[in-house]
Amino acid sequence: MSDTKMPLDLDPADLLPPAEPVQLLDDEGTLHEVDGYPLDLKDSDFRDLYRYMVLARRVDKQAINLQRQGQLGVYASLLGQEAAQIGGAYALDQQDWVFPSYREMGAALVRGVDPGKVLHLFRGTWLSDHDPHEHHFGLLSIPIGTQALHAAGFAMAAKLDGSDLVVMSYFGDGATSEGDPHEAMNFAAVYEAACVFFVQNNQYAISVPLSKQTKAPTIAHKAVGYGMPGYRCDGNDVLATYAVSRKAVDRARAGGGPSLIEAVTYRMEAHTTADDPTRYRTPAELEQWKRRDPIARFETFLESEGLLDDAFRAEIDEEAQAYAKRMREEIYDAPHGDPMELFEHVYADPPASYAEQRALLQRELDEHGTS
Amino acid sequence: MTRELTIKDALNEALRQAMEADDDVVLLGEDIAGGAGRDEAYPEAADAWGGPFGVTQGLLGQFGRDRVMDTPIAETGFVGASIGMAIAGMRPVPEIMYVDFIGTSFDQLLNHAAKLRYLYGGKVSVPMTVRTVTGAGFRAAGEHSQTLYSLYTHIPGLKVVAPATPYDAKGLLLAAIQDSDPVIFMEHKRLYMTTGHVPEEPYTIPLGTASIVRAGDDVTIIGVQKMVHTALEAATELEQQGISCEVIDPRSYSPLDTDTILTSIRRTGHLVVVDESHPRCSLATDISALAAEHAFHDLRGPVRMVTGTHSPVPFSPPLEDLYVPDVPRIVDAVRSTLDQGRKGAEAVAHGR
Ligand SMILES: Cc1ncc(C[n+]2csc(CCOP(=O)(O)OP(=O)(O)O)c2C)c(N)n1
Repeated sequence: MSDTKMPLDLDPADLLPPAEPVQLLDDEGTLHEVDGYPLDLKDSDFRDLYRYMVLARRVDKQAINLQRQGQLGVYASLLGQEAAQIGGAYALDQQDWVFPSYREMGAALVRGVDPGKVLHLFRGTWLSDHDPHEHHFGLLSIPIGTQALHAAGFAMAAKLDGSDLVVMSYFGDGATSEGDPHEAMNFAAVYEAACVFFVQNNQYAISVPLSKQTKAPTIAHKAVGYGMPGYRCDGNDVLATYAVSRKAVDRARAGGGPSLIEAVTYRMEAHTTADDPTRYRTPAELEQWKRRDPIARFETFLESEGLLDDAFRAEIDEEAQAYAKRMREEIYDAPHGDPMELFEHVYADPPASYAEQRALLQRELDEHGTS
Repeated sequence: MTRELTIKDALNEALRQAMEADDDVVLLGEDIAGGAGRDEAYPEAADAWGGPFGVTQGLLGQFGRDRVMDTPIAETGFVGASIGMAIAGMRPVPEIMYVDFIGTSFDQLLNHAAKLRYLYGGKVSVPMTVRTVTGAGFRAAGEHSQTLYSLYTHIPGLKVVAPATPYDAKGLLLAAIQDSDPVIFMEHKRLYMTTGHVPEEPYTIPLGTASIVRAGDDVTIIGVQKMVHTALEAATELEQQGISCEVIDPRSYSPLDTDTILTSIRRTGHLVVVDESHPRCSLATDISALAAEHAFHDLRGPVRMVTGTHSPVPFSPPLEDLYVPDVPRIVDAVRSTLDQGRKGAEAVAHGR
């Protein structure tokens, strides 16, 4: 009967997500301990999580304003997803890496990336101006789900190198239908790579609801098919997203392999500044999620713990204003690049043909005026 | 004493030497180890299969499974993971079993491998060499017989290399693996058993340098990979007819050594491009356009392209033989451009 035996020493039941999403703070902001998800946070961590969430929301708002003022070509808001993103990234160490999608400005903040630097990508100034090797934060990936494979490969390389760093890849619920995240999860599992796949299930892929995306019971259930645990949590509860990520990250660092996290959340803004969500979602739905706001809920908790006072609020407000100011200074009317930069950074050693193309462009500019 | 190797063995030696020189060089692909999952086979792994053409044979035994990885069957998967490894500082060498299957990895090549240096403003490089197998004439049908050189040549950020001799195969593969940018390294399945001189010590051939494989005065023939050999045969035959052909192998299609090609065309005044790919948007059209734009006044006859047809490579053996350019077609093309050139010159002389 050996051929009917399970090939691996795995009990699928151990990999299944819980029936209900893990929640530590209920909608009223009351803390409930959950078995298996201990909180190892100090008061300063609670305050940091809050700080990052508020900053992310303010940075987001500033970015939307910059777009409205014609300073950015497009921008994808994270409003409503602050807890999901920040709880995940907060569970990482300095040495760890993040491979994000276009919506991950909150995770960028946690990695110490200056938001203005990243926004160049959305302005078309020139390029994303942050240094991935300094912050261990990859490029905001635009083709859906593709970055998951870079995360898996990076984690495979880290393992070959004997490093215990962990790689986190963010992607959306819609991305789980693409081939790349599937292949990434399969690779990470086969190679036991230290990779955490963090899905922000914000219910929509542009206008397409999750029900049109999959027939799986939940996204987290898909993990079983790869032989990795699937975690599911309330994505608007920053303590839950953190605790679940802590578990997945610790497991990966200890050599336990990859896992899949589904944070159940909601995108409160349009998909990007380029679409109109009123055409595909109801005001009632929006209202219902508004009541579950991740920041308001956490505020209630912090207040009840005596961790939030006016001085701290003022401090964050000042920091947020400084961030916003820096973003404006960085982005406002930033030049769109010198024409000759057309040929920069395509190859390490530019091919001989570039000299000719450069000369041609220069001639055209001289004859017809510069841009 | 010259040392003779097949292209297959020259490639194997290049991979071995690259892996010996640099621990960051790792191989990934389907069946490249062959027997990688069988522990009991591991001691004799030096004899493991090494893929359908045996190019990676023996590497598993020397370097182990961490560096010669039989991955899940997923081209997007192992090309994408290779990109991640490259960002982490490694030099992965993924193998796509046949270029025909590269479609399933295309986005990772097109939008990531080719563009990450650019999108990161030069702060990230992707030193990855994708090895793959091209070519018709192997009775392998339309999904195992394409060349597709031009698909990759079209994309800025990628380099495309296709050797035709054992010497070039080794030197170009070592150069590709050392390169800081992604290289698509194309091996022709019908050239694997071609033999030639290969020095034992490692050496590199700069990417983007063409090779004049036969010097001549009357016409320039550009051969694309396997067609270099067919062009050489045609040149021998034409020599008997008193026609002197210069045969050039570009070796690398991106970057392309336009200087060597144009210098030859300007001297001979005649160009024939032989490319077994489909005729539209191919290396044949690319090099023809190069001549039209930059050597128009030096051309003394029409440019001739000898190519496959704009139809899939047939499985039927006689039809496949018709598909692939052969010596008589090249001879005809050379004679035709010379004849037309002569007629044109006569017409001018007679004031017509
Ligand atoms: C490969 C690819 N296909 C299509 C698109 C167009 N597109 C941009 S965002 C998007 C929806 C993605 O939804 P999801 O993964 O749920 O992420 P979210 O935007 O909700 O964060 C689509 C289809 C794309 N960018 N890339």
